[in-house]
Amino acid sequence: MIEPGAEAPDFSLLDQDGKTVSLSDLKGQTSVLVFYPGDWSPVCTDQLNVYQEVLGELQQKGANLYGVSVDSAFSHKAFQQHLGLTIPLLADFHPKGEVSKAYGAYIEERGHNNRSLVMIGPDGKVLWSHAAPTPLEIPGANLIFDALEQHARAA
Amino acid sequence: MSESLGSAALPPPGADDHVRGEGVLVIEYGDYECPYCAKTDLLLAELPVRRVFRHFPVVSKHPRAQVLACAAEAAALQGRFWEMHDSLFGDQGHLDPPHLWQRCRELGLDLERFEADRRSEAVAERVRRDFRSGIRAGVTTTPTIWLDGEAHAGVPSDPLLARLAKS
Repeated sequence: MIEPGAEAPDFSLLDQDGKTVSLSDLKGQTSVLVFYPGDWSPVCTDQLNVYQEVLGELQQKGANLYGVSVDSAFSHKAFQQHLGLTIPLLADFHPKGEVSKAYGAYIEERGHNNRSLVMIGPDGKVLWSHAAPTPLEIPGANLIFDALEQHARAA
Repeated sequence: MSESLGSAALPPPGADDHVRGEGVLVIEYGDYECPYCAKTDLLLAELPVRRVFRHFPVVSKHPRAQVLACAAEAAALQGRFWEMHDSLFGDQGHLDPPHLWQRCRELGLDLERFEADRRSEAVAERVRRDFRSGIRAGVTTTPTIWLDGEAHAGVPSDPLLARLAKS
């Protein structure tokens, strides 16, 4: 798992609408990359739905969320619509898992991501990261607020 | 800016929590449109537990969840929270306003008062308070059952049910 203080690895990934989202697009804002195992699994559904419920308050605190999994942009589109999400979903599809690997969020033997959160500051440095002990455990939204509040105090 | 959603301990049962039954304390975070919550409700009803129900409406997944939580709170203002709770979990196929009015008639509620209350800010705030306490305690899915300060996500497992039955 990538550690706080590290330079966030560069990336360019397609979102659910086929639009390219790059690390450089995230400059100047605080971003949280939400690495998750895959679209359509029931546990993921809960995780992104719960984050969606508090998205307004995360954005008020200056943070934008991006889901990242190895699914294709087309799967992301259907999944996003099915769940009623507005959180953009990025496709780490080809080469499979390359960006997730760079962030230390990929589980090689399973071929998908662990549930990991990486907060990137406006300067492109990693502010905070968290990896779930197992892919079955969902990191609570409270952890994201804790990290935001900690960095707001430090700033 | 609203109050923080950062980590905080699960609040113990308070004066305006909904509590029923006798036995070991079980605090549930649930959503009336969630079928797993309905199943959990049936399972817990047969156990010797003291149950607290708190609202955790996940609207992006269950579009009626917030409205239904408010309906239960509006019924609570007429002293019929658990009756409405049982009615909603008892039939999750009929959750639109005419169905809610029918439930009110069956429960003998003052319909006009129910309609005003379920749209009131006070009731919305009551539901929000439960949801926020859940987020702060790390609830990420419904149902989540808390027993002895430990969270159990999803429909209670057989070992957990056995433990509750013996408690």
